[in-house]
Amino acid sequence: MSTLLMLEHVSVSLGGRPVVQEASLTLAAGEIVALLGPNGAGKTSLMRAAMGLIASTGAVQLSGADPRALSVRERALRAAYLPQRPQSIWPISVESLVALGRYAYGAAPDRLAPRDQAAVDAAIESCGLSALRKRSMDEVSGGEKARAHLARTLAQQAPLLVLDEPTAGLDPAQALAVADILRAHAQSGGAVLLSTHDVALAARIASSVLLMRTGQVIAQGPAGMALTPDALQQAYGRKARLERIGDAYAALFE
Amino acid sequence: MSATFRACVLLLALSAAALIGALWLGPAPLANPFAADAATQTIVWEIRLPRALAAWLVGAALGLSGAALQGLLRNPLADSGVLGLSGFAALGAVLAFAFGAASLAPLAAITFALVAAIAVTALGWRARGPASLVLIGVGLSSFASGLIALALNLAPNPGALADLINWTLGSVEGRSMQHVVLVGALLLGGGGLILAAARGLQALTLGEEAAAAIGANLPRTRALVVLGAAACTGGATAVAGVIGFVGIAAPHLVRALAGHDPARLLAPSAFAGGALLVIADISVRLLPTDAELKLGVAAALIGGPVFALIAARLASRGGDA
Repeated sequence: MSTLLMLEHVSVSLGGRPVVQEASLTLAAGEIVALLGPNGAGKTSLMRAAMGLIASTGAVQLSGADPRALSVRERALRAAYLPQRPQSIWPISVESLVALGRYAYGAAPDRLAPRDQAAVDAAIESCGLSALRKRSMDEVSGGEKARAHLARTLAQQAPLLVLDEPTAGLDPAQALAVADILRAHAQSGGAVLLSTHDVALAARIASSVLLMRTGQVIAQGPAGMALTPDALQQAYGRKARLERIGDAYAALFE
Repeated sequence: MSATFRACVLLLALSAAALIGALWLGPAPLANPFAADAATQTIVWEIRLPRALAAWLVGAALGLSGAALQGLLRNPLADSGVLGLSGFAALGAVLAFAFGAASLAPLAAITFALVAAIAVTALGWRARGPASLVLIGVGLSSFASGLIALALNLAPNPGALADLINWTLGSVEGRSMQHVVLVGALLLGGGGLILAAARGLQALTLGEEAAAAIGANLPRTRALVVLGAAACTGGATAVAGVIGFVGIAAPHLVRALAGHDPARLLAPSAFAGGALLVIADISVRLLPTDAELKLGVAAALIGGPVFALIAARLASRGGDA
């Protein structure tokens, strides 16, 4: 299986303060890795470093190339990124927003080639937005906005998805629908790096998790092995345990 | 807004501007331009038409640079006037006029507009919310006004002061085809740069980081818009003096028809800016005042309240566009 993302001893400092220290991970096609940890743990900074959006030390490779040395277009063809608070500054239509995912292919949202249109249509459909595609972004709910931004990253058709809290603000059913979309992406030969505060969802969909606190990796590996009560307490400062219930998990915090 | 519709409005506005004024000429001079008497021909072809064309091109340049700056800075209150580009362009031109180098006025206006554009883009790139950016622009505009006052104060040729002050009020009165060519050329050059940045402006709808992540070359977008807006504003100001608010009003007016996509707003905003200024110029000619009202003064009297209304609407939405 090809390696889509490789981070080795990656450290990030913001304003002279270390926010990620010596983090390493490898993400191959077919895998989903979830970053877990409390607010301020360094998850977002690690994802931005993986995309080459902020300065970092250590080795970073997106499909075998350092994103910091790639052109913005080459990088966009290898990885799609969903920021923690995705924006639509102007109230454009849902369809136009999703079409921005085709930017790296030279497409303008209002003049899509058949291949670009097909990618946009597929992304809109997979995120359940077909009925809303002409709706303005300021006329849809928070959950619909989140799905529109996810659809934009899917339309990019990059093998790697780097998603910062893609299920934030979604109800449980919608969060599970997003989980299904991410699984489908991995099963079709892609890979996903996501961050989330939903420990149970991460355990359910991720092939491995990376638990962080104050920039340091506390535990790493398959959820059932990495998310021990000790590791969870060390990360979140509360007694906690992960319980498996059939195919699902429950994270119980005392 | 189809091309045919735009062409019709353009012809209608220019025809009206050629015929309407202190002296009503009737439609005959346009129906058969060579049959009219020499005085009428002079009024139409050498006075009113260059004036109308100058007004259209100045308005188009300001409307286009306003739409581009709004897209770049993701702020519906951005335009050359509010952000200080017009003030700095005027400063450049005033310095050239005041120190006897009138032929350098366009170059000085563009250079100074470029300095302001770079400063406001650098300072305002990460401004939080529309208000912060407007405040930066207010600061730059005030600084430019202070420097214009200083230049006037120290001008070696006090006899030219009245002309200079008149010029800073903004007008297209008495402009010739030379002015039309000048602003037209700068609109063409600056517009070309801005249109080359159109896709980057679309990408910026997602915010800076996500735009870079989808493959947008933001340094290129920024450079193209800054240079383009400086050329357009410099050209407009060198020809007509300071005319504010067209750059805010034009994109705002066309959003209802053309939508909010920053790339699709560019050409309609240029068109609307041109139409607005020609109509405003016809209006100031028809007002029964002893001295003709300056176009810049009329634009400020109408544009100021419009600006306040847009700002109030934004504030009620929590600063969002």
